[in-house]
This record gives sequence, C-alpha cells and structure tokens, in this order.
Amino acid sequence: MKGIGVSTGIATGKVFLYDPKRAVAQKRTITDAESEIARLKAARAEAKRQIKILHIGALETIGKQEALIFEAHIALVDDPALFKEATKNITTQNVNAEWALNEAIDKFIQMFEAMDNKYIAERAADLRDIKSRMLDILMGVKAQDLSNLNEQSIIVALDLFPSDMAKMNKDKVLGFVTEFGAKLSHVAIIARSLEIPAVVGLNGAMANINHGDLIILDGDTGEVFLNPDKSTIDKYEKKKHEYFYFKNELKVFKGKPSITKDGIRVHILANIGTPKDVDSCIENDAEGIGLFRTEFLFMDRQDIPSEDEQFDAYKEVVSRMQGKPVVIRTLDVGGDKDIPYLGLSKEDNPFLGYRAIRYCIDKEDIFKAQLRAILRASAYGHVKIMFPMIATLTELRMAKAILNEVRIDLKLENIAFDEKMKTGIMVEIPACAIAADLFAKEADFFSIGTNDLIQYTLAVDRGNPKVAALYSNYNPSVLRLVKYVIDCAHKNGIPVGMCGEAASDPVLIPALVAMGLEDFSMNPSSVLRTRSIVSNTAKVDLADKVESILSMATAEEVEEYLTAQIS
Amino acid sequence: MFRAEVQLINETGLHARPASLFVAAAKKYQSDIAILKDGEEYDAKSILSVLSMGAYKGESLIISAVGTDEKEAVLELKALIVDNFGEREGSL
Repeated sequence: MKGIGVSTGIATGKVFLYDPKRAVAQKRTITDAESEIARLKAARAEAKRQIKILHIGALETIGKQEALIFEAHIALVDDPALFKEATKNITTQNVNAEWALNEAIDKFIQMFEAMDNKYIAERAADLRDIKSRMLDILMGVKAQDLSNLNEQSIIVALDLFPSDMAKMNKDKVLGFVTEFGAKLSHVAIIARSLEIPAVVGLNGAMANINHGDLIILDGDTGEVFLNPDKSTIDKYEKKKHEYFYFKNELKVFKGKPSITKDGIRVHILANIGTPKDVDSCIENDAEGIGLFRTEFLFMDRQDIPSEDEQFDAYKEVVSRMQGKPVVIRTLDVGGDKDIPYLGLSKEDNPFLGYRAIRYCIDKEDIFKAQLRAILRASAYGHVKIMFPMIATLTELRMAKAILNEVRIDLKLENIAFDEKMKTGIMVEIPACAIAADLFAKEADFFSIGTNDLIQYTLAVDRGNPKVAALYSNYNPSVLRLVKYVIDCAHKNGIPVGMCGEAASDPVLIPALVAMGLEDFSMNPSSVLRTRSIVSNTAKVDLADKVESILSMATAEEVEEYLTAQIS
Repeated sequence: MFRAEVQLINETGLHARPASLFVAAAKKYQSDIAILKDGEEYDAKSILSVLSMGAYKGESLIISAVGTDEKEAVLELKALIVDNFGEREGSL
C-alpha cells in the first residue's frame, strides 16, 4: 500500500488500531430530577478536570497553538445556556441526564450547522467532542485513548486530532499511519516535530489493517507493508540501520561551515512554519532560516492573529536564531492553502487565482499588521522580508510602497526596527524568472521557489497522479530558468538562494553549486545531509559542464547524467 | 435594570474572537446580563447563546443587565462593541 510519506524514517512494529467508539445516550424516564441534575453537575466538573489535564499535556506534547483548542472546550462544557437547556429537559420531560444533555447539545449543533458561517460550523465539531466526553463520563464508558499503550506500537487510525496526540505516550509510539490527511495536516506537522515516521492519506488503511498486524512504514516514500515476508523485513531493517548510521555520520557536520572541496562557501538554511520548528533548526545546525512560512500562524484557528501575536511569534524565532538570518515570507494564502475565516471564495483555478501577494496588496489592513509585526521583530536580530508569488514589477513596487508606509508609521510612533532590513522576492512564477534581470534591480535578494516554478513552468499539478510524472527537478526548461535567475542576481550583485524541495535534492545539489547558487534552504532534517554533499563537491567538477547540461533534451537525460556524476 | 442600545460595526459581527471577548467581559460581572435582538433574549455569559444569536455587522442590539454592577457591565460591553473589540478600524 502507498500513502503520502510526511515524516521521515522507517518504523517496523505491531499495529495499535485506534478506532475510538463513543457512548450513545439512551432515553430513560426518571422520577428524581434533583439527582439527575446532580449527576449532570458532577459530569461537568469531571469533564473540566479531564480537559484541563489534556490542556497541560498538550502544551508539552503538541505546542501552545494547538493547545488553545482545549481552552475553548472548557468554555463550552461550562456554558450556562447549555446547562440551563439540559436541566430544563430533565425537569420538564422527566428524562435522565444523558438524554437531557444529548438533546441540549444536539439542539445547538443543529442550530450552528444551519448557519452559513464557517467559524460557527467548526464550533459544532467542538460540541460533538465535548458531548462524547460528557456522555462517556455519565455512562461510565472508558473511551479508548493513546495514553496507555502497553508496548511500542504503530498507531493506525482514520485520522488523528490534536486531542488524540496530546494524550499519547510518545515513548511507545513508533510511527503513525492515517487514512485521511495531507502534508500539512495536524498529524503530519506534529509527527515531524516529534521526529516520528508517518504516512498519511493511506486509502483503505482501516479496512485492511488489523489490530496486532505487523507493518513496516517508510516515512520517506509513503510505502506501507502489511504483514511483510522475511526478506522485506530484512531489507527494511537494513535500511533502518543505514538511516540511523547515516544520521550519526552526519553529526560530524554539526558546527562546521558549508564549504565545497574547492573552497566555495555556501549557506544551508532551514524552512520553518512555526516558532516550534526552531528546535530542529538548532538541533540540525542550520545557518539561518531561509523561509519562514507565516501562513502556519494563520491556520487552525478561527480568526486572524493580531499584530502582537504575530510579533511574539516572529520575535521568538528571530531571538532564538541569535543573529543568524531569518527570512520571513509574508502570508502565502490561497491555492491549496485555505484559511476558512479569511472568506476566500472557491475558485475554478485556485493556483492561478486570488492568493499570496495578490491577496495581501488587496487586503491592506491584514498585510500592514503583518508588516508591522515583522518590522518590530527585526529589532531583535537579523530579519529579511520576502514577498511570495511576485509576477510583475508593479506588484513588487506596490508591496514595497506599503512596506514603506509602515516604516514611516513606526518611525512616527518611535517603535524600533532594523532600518536596513533587506526586501527580497520569491522567484516562483515564470514571468518573474524570465524577467529576472529587471527584478534584480528592485529586489534585495532572490529566493527561487522550485515547487511552484516547476508547477507553473510545466503547467503540471504534481498532486494529480495522471500528470505528476511531468513534474521534475531536472526538466531542462526549469533548469535554464534557474540558471538565468542566478546569473541575473550575480550581475546585479544581489544574493540568490533556493527554498524549494530541489534545494535538498542530492543529485541536483552539485549542479546548483556549479551554477553559482549561494543559499540552500530546506526541511531542517535535510540540512546536515546537504552539508555533507556540499563538502564532497567541488564547484570546478561541473562548472564547465553546466552549458552541456542545459543543452540536454530531456529531464531523464539530465537526471541520468547527474546521477552518474555522484555515484 | 440598566440597558443600552448599540450597533455592531466590526466586519465579523459577534463571532469568533469578538464573541469570546464579549462573553469573557460579561463573565466578570455579578449581574445577570442579556442581549436582546429581534425580540429574542440571549445570555451574554454564554458563548453558545451569543453565537446562536447570529449577529452581523450593522445590526442593533440591546444590552440589558440586572444586579449590583448593572451599569458598569452594560457600559463596558457597549464600549467593547463601539471600540471594535480593541482592534483598529477595520483591521479584522
């Protein structure tokens, strides 16, 4: 079976099938209303106690942002209107506490679901969650959870929510497999930060995998082997050892500069989404942050993070990086990244639509609050700002003009910021790459975003299996654009980096070094491996081959040639 | 009893963060506090009640309180709405 590998590493182990079944309320006629109300009050107190414990656990296991949800749950359990409705049901209909509560909560759920408001619809999901918790308590049902894993297991589930992961005993979890989910879902993000291998989006996982089955999961390729034969087990045990061995080998590259065999200095930086990711940047000795994807601060919540909230997050990252560069990319929303409360409407072609800088220039209030937060954070370290999805010079000029207004505001308010902060752009739209000579005169630096550049250059959605094969890091058209962008940057004396997945592709790195790329930004876990590759590369090896590589006709030819060079 | 009428001016209406802020502010007071909208009465200390009200930008509400601190309660809740929940104009 094959899903999406979202957290690197190999896990072999027994399956813990996580399929929580919740209590269902039964209607009973009662005579003693007082005692039912007392039961309801006791259940409320117990639910609050449980959620408080979860909240504390969540702060440690899954982080402050994800833990906020439990504060909302406590408010719902404690809600006076809900309690009033439930007690009214008990006294007027002579029904048991379970049924009274069930009816009261369902009433609000139905009311909320009938309203055309995404925020309120999400509260309906929270109500379902507290309903099962309170019914479990009233009926004495011990809900299955992940806190009492007896042996080391691979968790297999339909989906895993923050509340499931907050409860689990991390030391007993070897890996995660879920039927739902994508690269950016909760389970993927949490698994990566815990460095536990994970595969999500595995179709048929619940139907085909049983509790106690032996499985192997490969968090890189997304492969899952169910009850594998001896030779597969041996093969993956070997792969697992190599992985650990490799990880240990790489430790010698910690604290070392990234220098090629012929003395060319490059920088290997990390891509992050939240302040929490700084841990693994430090752990893996990244030389800075080449891409801070700020949209993560906007996700999984119900409203826009305020300027102060954003400032706190940026400042935390910047301070912890202690003077190393931190490139903060402004909000890149839209495309596949939907943030419900921003109210973006469904589009026929979201990747060609209202997203990223197009949205921000239009929503000046949201944009300015973010720019203020970034500028304020720049007083605490080495911040660079970067605009995503720039297609035209007009967009860059408009974004810079708004940034300037914010600078003037801050000056008038006597708020400190770094007046020399550099302003750069993502080069990810072919229109920008093709005119890189013009952009290089108005941007302070370039960062080539290969994921989108490949998608837009080849007009291919790599999420669509029917056409995904067209998507290649080695496509000659893409590589020509990359080379041209690097050359234009050099001619105009501005730095140029790359922050797409191609930047950590072991086969491509020597060619990128030969083309003169200076900064490589990637997932923190790839930093040391890339430094080892750079250290074993000499720019001169391929420097005079660049022209012939760019003259190759197909991606396959390029890949074959470059693979032969490293083996 | 003390009461005051107020018009919602923020984009979101009484949802999301504004609703949470409103309920949190109401809970600080001893008085019973109700919101009246279209002839219906809602409990200002209940997030479920406030959300089920479905109050949007431009709508008028009456905040009404009974108790020892009724005046302070109504004035603070009214000010919260008038000041756009502490956000600068239109920044939500």
